[in-house]
Amino acid sequence: MRKIAILLLGAAACALQAKAPAVFAIRDARIVTVSGPVLERGTVLIRDGLIQAVGVDVAVPPEAWVIEGKGLTVYPGLIDALSTLGIAEAATAAAPATRTSARAPTPSPTPAPAQTPATPSVTTQPARGPEDRPSNTSWVRAADLISPADRRIETARNAGFTTAVTFPPRGIFAGQGAVISLAGEKAGQMVISSPAGLYLTVSTAGFASFPGSLMGVLAYIRQIFLDTQQYRLAQDAYAAHPLGAKRPAYDRALEGVLESPRVLLPATRAVELDRMVRFGAELKKKVVLYGAHEAYRATDVLRASGTPVLVSLKWPERSRDADPEEEEPARVLEMRERAPSAPAALAKAGVVFALYSDGLATPRELIRAVRRALDAGLSQADAVRAFTLSAAQIYGVADRLGSIDKGKIANLVVTTGDLFQEKTQVKHIFIDGIKFEPTPEQPEEVTR
Amino acid sequence: MKLHWILMLAAAPMLAAPPTVIRNANVLTVTKGRFQGSILVRDGKIVEAGEKVLVPEGARVIDASGQYVMPGIIDAHSHIASESTNEGSISVSSMVTMKDVLNPEDIAIYRALAGGVTTALILHGSANAIGGVCLPIKMRWGKDAQAIVVDGYKPVLKMALGENPKRSGVRQIGVAIPPRYPATRMGVEDVIREAFTKAVAYRQSWRDYEAKVKRGEKPLPPRRDLKLEPLVDALEGRSLVHVHCYRADEILMILRLADEFGFQVKALIHVLEGYKVAKEIAAHKATATAFSDWWAYKMEAIDAIPYNATLMMRKGVLVSLNSDSAELMRHLNQEAAKTIKYGGATEDEALAMITINAAKQLDLDHRIGSIEPGKDADLVIYDKHPLSNYAKVQKVLIDGEVYFDRDRDVSERSAQEARRKALLEKAKELQKKSGPPSTRRPS
Repeated sequence: MRKIAILLLGAAACALQAKAPAVFAIRDARIVTVSGPVLERGTVLIRDGLIQAVGVDVAVPPEAWVIEGKGLTVYPGLIDALSTLGIAEAATAAAPATRTSARAPTPSPTPAPAQTPATPSVTTQPARGPEDRPSNTSWVRAADLISPADRRIETARNAGFTTAVTFPPRGIFAGQGAVISLAGEKAGQMVISSPAGLYLTVSTAGFASFPGSLMGVLAYIRQIFLDTQQYRLAQDAYAAHPLGAKRPAYDRALEGVLESPRVLLPATRAVELDRMVRFGAELKKKVVLYGAHEAYRATDVLRASGTPVLVSLKWPERSRDADPEEEEPARVLEMRERAPSAPAALAKAGVVFALYSDGLATPRELIRAVRRALDAGLSQADAVRAFTLSAAQIYGVADRLGSIDKGKIANLVVTTGDLFQEKTQVKHIFIDGIKFEPTPEQPEEVTR
Repeated sequence: MKLHWILMLAAAPMLAAPPTVIRNANVLTVTKGRFQGSILVRDGKIVEAGEKVLVPEGARVIDASGQYVMPGIIDAHSHIASESTNEGSISVSSMVTMKDVLNPEDIAIYRALAGGVTTALILHGSANAIGGVCLPIKMRWGKDAQAIVVDGYKPVLKMALGENPKRSGVRQIGVAIPPRYPATRMGVEDVIREAFTKAVAYRQSWRDYEAKVKRGEKPLPPRRDLKLEPLVDALEGRSLVHVHCYRADEILMILRLADEFGFQVKALIHVLEGYKVAKEIAAHKATATAFSDWWAYKMEAIDAIPYNATLMMRKGVLVSLNSDSAELMRHLNQEAAKTIKYGGATEDEALAMITINAAKQLDLDHRIGSIEPGKDADLVIYDKHPLSNYAKVQKVLIDGEVYFDRDRDVSERSAQEARRKALLEKAKELQKKSGPPSTRRPS
């Protein structure tokens, strides 16, 4: 026990200073590389936080700490493709989203990520138009907000997550995401890539402040992107010939848009997916759609446009406070029934997709949600890919994450069997080459 | 060579669906009188309509013996099929467009179809002096948001006067809303004048820019302003202006304001006191889209009379009747019939108010609104005369395609109910498997 503690300390220290090598070898394990074929019996060698070698005949150096992999399976660490992990403020702001987007018989309008307060960032003066930049913190970077102290990180690790793409949660232009490792002494060590994308929501402020409607939000976003083009022209022109020219004003809201490599737009229902594919094309940026519960009906438009999607694992369900007498339309019932078939449909159509936990916290909840997708036709391999390589591809970090390949970051999860099976246990988690053991899960809390 | 033949054979059915003939019908053309005969439809258009029409080989025949065919009903004012109602935060919200928020899966589309409506102008609400850009859709139930939009349509800029934009009654909603300018009718006028003054300046800034470019200079383009662009479109006649209004004074105000800035008010919406200023409306070449007999629901509706539509019509104003309601939309034929009682409209005049006149207000009368060769085959078949209370819609065709069939609807009901039940059963099963949902506790 003590030995392990020392080892862990040592490994952490190594990662910090990158001086003394920290070497692990997982020997004779089943290795799901994701990028290539499954190795039924192979070895993964980890050194200094990176995967040094993977294969069937990898020599284990004497300095390596050896993990006997018989009966174990090694996967790339899972990536939660849209979350607020690491942003402690998001964990405490627990107000559920109340939104005023649709009059239509909408089963569930695209939810903001878990625990997003509905009210846009507090403005003392009601906004009178796009010029006031309401509900806009596009310049805020998740990389600057994260803290290793967020207690949700450990829970996510226990479920096999080693990596998360995390976003500032508030507002229409919420801010820039970051790809982070789910461990680290200091926040800065956790960041793998930033900015990872601009997170947009359609939260509205009703009659009180612009924008107060879905059409207002879309018009606002459109105007901001037009303003950004204009801003760049003006800034470039001034930089080229400042002498005798009027200085254009600095605008942080537009700076944020300029620096974002991609935008995330909400789209849960088929109508929304169709709408946002077309709307996204206007923005002249890479677009990723999130929500996607009814994507099983929108695969054509998604494939034709080449839009990747993030599917929320929080499957739609009848509200706990729903009127038991209320008759629900067949369409609502159908979406509830079929939403878990969205990943399978996307895989079949060849649409790149990843999955995200959407606030499902415990490993048990998560497995249950993934199992529903598997029962609805998603293959085990496609499920693993969605949690690993596809997520890495969508965020442009497949050159360092998402599969077990030489040179990639040593974010791995070692299990006693196939992932997403009730009986399978997570044995070890490697994050940046540092080994973690999952903490035992609390028995499911029963509240009646 | 052979391959070409195969390709042509394969493509042929897609290019040309078999023609359709509606036979033995009482045809109410609206613009060309009434006759007993047939209508030939090919490639989504009416090809021929007359007492004797040759049935081409392979044509699909709809026998309408004893039934009535009229052009699809056009509703010039509807709020169905959209996921936004009001951008109520500001008085000039012309950056919004209904095209962004269409919901082709709104069940109201199907219900409108069942009431004989084939085209409707989809508008946002009337919370703003200048609202946003609206557009007409056809009730192509089952198609996506792009496909329900009327191709080649002219956008409509909606404005609103009176109590709604000045926010009378907002306090009754009981929500703390910060006060918003304007609070009076004169304020509404001021807001519109200011907005158009800005639009004129905006248009000038682009003209100046283009002139400079022409001279070979390389100036920075003006900032594109999505709020002012629709106003410039209205000034340039690229869009149609529809104005929500009630009282005679505000109707005269907007006509004067339009003349001042040089834009055309295409249609006055609701226009409850239009009968008082019908001559002035006609002089501006504005049209009116009214209710048949809705009144007394708020202060500014106090002087409404059911004779409004026919009185305006007799003074030379083109009048249509609209629904403004997903329910009323389903029996606009009955609304039209009321103009016969109130004011003595003829049958054709009554039917025109829900067809060709509305088409004119959308600049779509070359395409829809009457049964004439060359027009879109948007047709409704009723079992009785559509101006009868007892008339029921039997079939609705849009672009020659049957989108509503009463028999099919009735026969499919039990299957749909079974599907619903099956879904409920499945949901129950799932609930059993995953245990009862945890209940939220007060904390």
